[in-house]
Amino acid sequence: MTPILEIKDLWHFFGGLCAVADFSLTVQPGDLFGLIGPNGAGKTTVFNLITGVFRISRGRIFFRGEDITDWRSPRIIAAGLARTFQNIRLFKDLSALDNVLLGASARHDYHLWDALFHTPRFQRVEQRWSKRAYELLARFNLTRYAATPARHLPYGDQRRLEIARALISAPSLLLLDEPAAGMNEAEATDLINLIRDLHREFSLTILLIEHQMRVVMNLCQQVTVLDFGETIAQGPPQEIQQHPRVLEAYLGREGNTSEQWPLSSNQ
Amino acid sequence: MQKRVTILAGVAFLLCLAWVLPASGWLNPYLVMIFMYVGINMILTLSLNLVNGYLGEFSVGHAGFMAIGAYVSAILTVWVLPRPWAPWLFPLVLVAGGLVTALAGLVVAFPSFRTRGDYLAIVTLAFNMIVKSILENLEILGGPRGFLGMPRLTNLPWVVAWVLITLFLCRNLVYSNVGRGLMAIREDELAANLTSVDTRRLKIYAFLISAFFAGIAGGLFAHLLQFINPRSFSILKSTDMLVMVYLGGVGSLTGSLLGAAIFTLLLEALRPLGLWRWVVGPLLLILLMIFRPHGIMGFREAPWLRTVSREP
Repeated sequence: MTPILEIKDLWHFFGGLCAVADFSLTVQPGDLFGLIGPNGAGKTTVFNLITGVFRISRGRIFFRGEDITDWRSPRIIAAGLARTFQNIRLFKDLSALDNVLLGASARHDYHLWDALFHTPRFQRVEQRWSKRAYELLARFNLTRYAATPARHLPYGDQRRLEIARALISAPSLLLLDEPAAGMNEAEATDLINLIRDLHREFSLTILLIEHQMRVVMNLCQQVTVLDFGETIAQGPPQEIQQHPRVLEAYLGREGNTSEQWPLSSNQ
Repeated sequence: MQKRVTILAGVAFLLCLAWVLPASGWLNPYLVMIFMYVGINMILTLSLNLVNGYLGEFSVGHAGFMAIGAYVSAILTVWVLPRPWAPWLFPLVLVAGGLVTALAGLVVAFPSFRTRGDYLAIVTLAFNMIVKSILENLEILGGPRGFLGMPRLTNLPWVVAWVLITLFLCRNLVYSNVGRGLMAIREDELAANLTSVDTRRLKIYAFLISAFFAGIAGGLFAHLLQFINPRSFSILKSTDMLVMVYLGGVGSLTGSLLGAAIFTLLLEALRPLGLWRWVVGPLLLILLMIFRPHGIMGFREAPWLRTVSREP
């Protein structure tokens, strides 16, 4: 089976800083894959490299067997990949409905001509997508906000609207960048259930960045741990939890703390 | 359906009015002239609003586009077409001027891929200046003295018709996937790219269409005044257009119409004040910006222009 996403020996530098070092990853169709690591580990950079935000200097990325390394973002997204953002990036002054519709921008297959004259073809395509958008809004309990500018939605709803926007194009791979960021316990639990449901309902493959261990441990079947751009562990969550280098990255080294923290030796 | 009938009736009524009023002599020629300026300014404001209001860039060189449309259409009616045909071919002349202008729009569209905000504003400013200096140095077009000899082909019905065409096409564009995409670029270009909005294609569309209508307005202007010179298309003219856009309200078609009408009529009404109108007019603008920073209709639309999003 062709993996849905295959990253080979990916490197990325910001000036002299190595943000991603020799990163490789294989996601199979249907996976719910977690990418975790402490702050600044390079997780979001990996997402930005996959979705064409940054140019790739070394390494290759394959999506469903196709080399997308040099593609521009809109083309990558149109090929069936969708993502959300760590800090919500909705189109704040546009209505929730328009936000969702924009997720299917590349799938509105009519020409400038149709848009200028609102031809029958235009009507047909618009009707089809607005129906789909309303279905998604209903699925996420956001129907009552259809005409509301996105900025007026409560925080949790904005997060879910972003997922709805990503889902309307029926992507085969969904990248979620810290979907639980800024959520409280109860909201995070709801979100875990939502993601699990969506994974089944839309037969999605999900690659998820998370920073809260609890979310990853509850959701993911496979986990990769990044620290300072390097992959330090890979495997199922139960194994990862015990991995010494992971514990070290998250909790610090055991024992002789004074060596690690010169400041503490003064105490 | 009912809405469509009402709108068609309204259009027919407006065109009749535009034809009957000047012909019957109820409206004196001075007022007819002012209404035509209002119409031309409406076309300019609608077209500039596509770039400044919907796409969210700051173009300050719109008069450059208007100049190209004016000169191209004037050359066509003066040098190319036999004089008796000119009135019949006038719409085609305007469209030809618009198309050439649209091509010139690409000059700004391509830099807009990598340049945004203030820097793109400088590109448009430079564009305006380049167009003006080229025209000033083309002796064959009269250089700084200007170009004349166009027949007076612009009349109120034509102006009204073109305002309606511009409004119709702009409105359709705004309420389509293209318009949504433009607004998405305005809100967050990176996010637009990452929701599959083809930002480059949409920027080209925006500049092409905006330039096209500025060219049409230029053609109407040239055949109203029967005399054009490069100075009429200076940065000052671009500034007037900006004022009309921001007075009426960015991102609003209704606002464009209102802004153009109010600004044009106000400057005429203040004419008796002589030099003082350049104090009173801008002062009113400053007050408006203090009390309504988004302009009269910023980001809002009159109900008859909106599409209702049908909930299935």
